[in-house]
Amino acid sequence: MTVYLLCFVLFLVGLYGLITRRNLIKIIISKSITEFSVFLILVLIGYIDQGLAPIVDPGTSHQVYVDPLPQAMVLTAIVIGLATTAMLMAIAIRLYRKYKTFDIREIKNLRG
Amino acid sequence: MDALIPLFIVIPLISAFLIMILGKLVKGFHRYFAPLTLLVLLAMTIIVFANLGGSSLQYTVGGWGLEKGIPVGIFMVLDAFSVLMLCIINLLGFIALFYSFSYIAKYTAESNYYSLFCLIIAGMNGVVLSGDLFNLCVFLEVSVIASYALVAFGVGKTELEASYKYQILGSLGFMLILLAVGLIYWKTKTLNIADIRQVFEAGYSKPYYIFVQVLLIAGFGLKAAIIPFHAWLPDAHSSAPSPISAMLSGVLIKAVGIYVIIRLFFNMFVFSYEIALVLTSLGAISMVVGSLLAIVQWDLKRLLAYSSISQIGYVLMAFGMGILLLLRGNNEAAAVLAIGGGIYHMINHAVFKGLLFLNAGSIEHRLDTRNLKEMGGLSTAMPITSTTSFMGSMSISGIPPFNGFFSKLIIIVAAINGKFYLLATLAVVVSIITLAYFLKFQRFAFFNKSAGEALSKIREVPFPMSFSMIVLATLCLALSLLAIPSVSELILRPAIDVLMQSDLYSTTIIGI
Repeated sequence: MTVYLLCFVLFLVGLYGLITRRNLIKIIISKSITEFSVFLILVLIGYIDQGLAPIVDPGTSHQVYVDPLPQAMVLTAIVIGLATTAMLMAIAIRLYRKYKTFDIREIKNLRG
Repeated sequence: MDALIPLFIVIPLISAFLIMILGKLVKGFHRYFAPLTLLVLLAMTIIVFANLGGSSLQYTVGGWGLEKGIPVGIFMVLDAFSVLMLCIINLLGFIALFYSFSYIAKYTAESNYYSLFCLIIAGMNGVVLSGDLFNLCVFLEVSVIASYALVAFGVGKTELEASYKYQILGSLGFMLILLAVGLIYWKTKTLNIADIRQVFEAGYSKPYYIFVQVLLIAGFGLKAAIIPFHAWLPDAHSSAPSPISAMLSGVLIKAVGIYVIIRLFFNMFVFSYEIALVLTSLGAISMVVGSLLAIVQWDLKRLLAYSSISQIGYVLMAFGMGILLLLRGNNEAAAVLAIGGGIYHMINHAVFKGLLFLNAGSIEHRLDTRNLKEMGGLSTAMPITSTTSFMGSMSISGIPPFNGFFSKLIIIVAAINGKFYLLATLAVVVSIITLAYFLKFQRFAFFNKSAGEALSKIREVPFPMSFSMIVLATLCLALSLLAIPSVSELILRPAIDVLMQSDLYSTTIIGI
């Protein structure tokens, strides 16, 4: 149970950063933290106590394996997260070149 | 026929990569190859649509089908509801691409534009065809990441800012969706939508799934921009190049937002009164607030973007009413009307909002401004743009011979039949407000003569742009034929049946 609570705390930390930070790069870092907390929860869903990697070997008597499907999901999700982070970083660099600042209080052309 | 299904995703994906590689080497390659791809997709859609009838096709990726009644592989499903979405995506995609020929010439790196455009189409086709929850999420991100890049395509100050905002909110939405998918997998141990339905029917712990459903509404609501989650939409849709705005507003928010919500809440989850109430009230709120925000805008594309929020509200409200009526169980005719009206309005909105964004693009192409106060007197200088945008405006505000009138009428009649008098009144009032802000657009852009003298050098837009607008304007008139009962029986009825008999989707796939 503690592990799930810690994941939730990590999620809240990321969300707090996403809401309160004013620096473009720090917002991206907060986004990544939130994302990783979701990934951790996904991995925990597939975890079974005392489970081994799901490679069936007829020689051993061990019968408990962890669920491999959430692991595959997390790998895919990490790749998607990488793509969005790279996109965001590229946009942040372009924004810095235009405005000469990372502060979102100065970047406010769009309103209303 | 089954073998056609993966081609809907494979063809645009391959052409996206080919354009990226060969577009740099062969001059003009992308200008011919991208429209060819979309034309092939459109032809395939029409073939499938003509042969489908009320049945459904399915394809198992890699041949991993059912193993003792349990689906082990990824399923792709094409039924009467998804084929309508495929029609919208590929038709509007082709028209917007044809329009881009002249419009996009002012930007550098044209081949990247066409490549990203093909990626967006591939992602949306994938979302619509996928029968697997996680696979759906992946395709959703493919199309949405391509749209992040396309929103920022102009690399000006506003484009970059809009894209940044869109990406932060979009990835937050993806996290919520991913969490919900994980939680569903935890309880049901399967990701196949049809199989999950079977598990739900065997046993259903309501409080747990209410939480999951709320997560999904928030996640897909962020993609569909229903009102509390709408902050990114007016920025992103007004900053993108106009053909892309037409794609985003006309198709993307439906294919990755509304379509998935409808599919999951009708065909996967067991209906629950609370969630139906949430969907209906979210729809009604976005309908009203979206139109009130639109009426004060002076930026033409922002006005159109806010009006998208309001029209999507109509669609969501109609489907919510449909669930409420089905749960009540004593008035099936009204439920058919509500769901049919929702699907009909969704198709119509794609056509006229696409058309209006293309009109806005034409004005921007000639005048280099989106501010309504700087336009005026364009009706003589740009007759085709003026006429088609008049047709689009009348259509979206519900004036009789056009399609928007009939779909709104069906939704309002359904609301009155189902005794939702407040919602019917709101729908009528919002329709009048819509008429008001589109008359404002018409007056300031096309008829306000006083500002028109300086604009005498303005000419009509080139052929590809005017041709696409004429096609869409004709469709605005032609789609009102769907209101004739015998025609709608043929086209809309199979899609309504898929949603009305919510078990049918899962039983045909699992084959029980």
